[in-house]
Amino acid sequence: MSVNKKRQRKIAENLFSELHQTPVLLGSLCGACDEHFFPRQDACAKCPSEDMQDVVLGSSGQLWSWTVQHFPPKPPFRSNASAEKFEAYGVGYIELPCGLKVESRLLENNPENLSIGDSMELKIVPFFTDEDGCEVLSFAFQRAS
Amino acid sequence: MTDVAIVGIGLHNFGRTPNRSGLEQGAFAVREALADADMAWRDVQVAFGGSQDAGNADSLCLKLGLTGLQFTNVSNGCATGGSALNAAFQCIKAGSAETALAVGFDKHAHGAFNADPKDWGLPDWYGEAGYMLTTQFFALKLQRYMHDHGISSDTLVRVAEKAFRNGALNERAWRRKALSYDEIAESPMVNNPLRKYMFCSPAEGGAAILLCDARIAHKYTSKPIYLKAAVVRTRHYGTFEVFNPSLAAEQTPPPSVQASKDAYEIAGVGPKDFDVLQLQDTESGAEIMHMAENGFCEHGEQETLIKSGATEIDGAMPVNTDGGCLANGEPIGASGLRQVYEVCLQLRGDAGSHQVPGNPSLGYTHVYGAPGVSGVNILQR
Repeated sequence: MSVNKKRQRKIAENLFSELHQTPVLLGSLCGACDEHFFPRQDACAKCPSEDMQDVVLGSSGQLWSWTVQHFPPKPPFRSNASAEKFEAYGVGYIELPCGLKVESRLLENNPENLSIGDSMELKIVPFFTDEDGCEVLSFAFQRAS
Repeated sequence: MTDVAIVGIGLHNFGRTPNRSGLEQGAFAVREALADADMAWRDVQVAFGGSQDAGNADSLCLKLGLTGLQFTNVSNGCATGGSALNAAFQCIKAGSAETALAVGFDKHAHGAFNADPKDWGLPDWYGEAGYMLTTQFFALKLQRYMHDHGISSDTLVRVAEKAFRNGALNERAWRRKALSYDEIAESPMVNNPLRKYMFCSPAEGGAAILLCDARIAHKYTSKPIYLKAAVVRTRHYGTFEVFNPSLAAEQTPPPSVQASKDAYEIAGVGPKDFDVLQLQDTESGAEIMHMAENGFCEHGEQETLIKSGATEIDGAMPVNTDGGCLANGEPIGASGLRQVYEVCLQLRGDAGSHQVPGNPSLGYTHVYGAPGVSGVNILQR
């Protein structure tokens, strides 16, 4: 008898991946001016150049700013929870080792547990489920253990 | 070079007027400005106007008269009013028109602004995953600013308190009930550190400003107000704006800083010369940050300035004397021109119960809008 494992898909390609079993964020590096970008870009907004390389940006960083989303957003926000069952979610900017700050959902929604400077690590988790039952995965950061 | 005078101002009350379309509110404001200037619509040679949600501004001609004038629609988010005024100003400066109108109006649905990633060059996942909220941007920018410059949440409350106190003194405002410190401080958290009563609400309203070549201003008014500078600037790489999936390693100053500096230079004045200021207050933290970005104080100084009452109507640097966006709501197309309307009232001595004492003669308006546009105007009696 086969076990039905839930189908999963990424929310988008080229955002994140796994490297040696560790989730990593993907982005671009400009060959002309060494500026990093997230998400992946075809051209550099800084110099400008089209000499862009695909790079791994990292899997951990420091919390640069944070907030908690206390009200359910309207579409295009996707969630399987009704407005009444909405659960607040954290959002922040995480400063990666290259200096780039990436905007990300946080796996913490209690303001008491969020502080600028906290060490954070990347996780890939289901965010919502499609109508056909497929789980949609995206990236979020949680406080490093 | 030609000097530009403001000779007519008009406003439709901000807030909610269910039985009037945004366009009708815009027309109301234009008619009031024309009456104020004793100018006929057929004598307006060029117009710039904008509305985000209430239709094309040039539809106003159907209500005011199809005279064949040059009418260009403007779309620059919350900086629409500032952009429209800048364009009208430039026409007169260049000598291509003797009279010009800047108009803005809007009628937004209830609740937070609903943005589509596609409109901003962003991928669908950014909206699906829950990042497409302007309130998040204000909160995230403010949270970092408070950390870097020692601003307390007490100061956020005080700014909102002042806004509603001033709104209560302003007959044209939407929110005319002063809220207590505790009502604001205990209102539900929306996006930390910002609570419900620290945010403006999308609303309705219209505002219109009539300009002319200063040499003919006497035909229209005995109290011309001179528009000494009208500047619009956009972001450089590395700024912290709305809807940014990432921020550059090296942060650069926001567009408000450059707009402000350039306006001072054009007008030949400095921050200390001003008597009344209208600074974009989409939420109370924005008013605080914009005080420093526009050069009126150092980063962090807002903490002592606001506590000491310096930004009150009778203070050393009155800010948002008509209640700002917090008390008037935010109809995007109109807000930038509401600020100009208010400064004109102040400089004419016509602001009634919310008049800045001491015969103010130099005023400043500042707007900021997505995706990183700032407009600054300097007005002088």
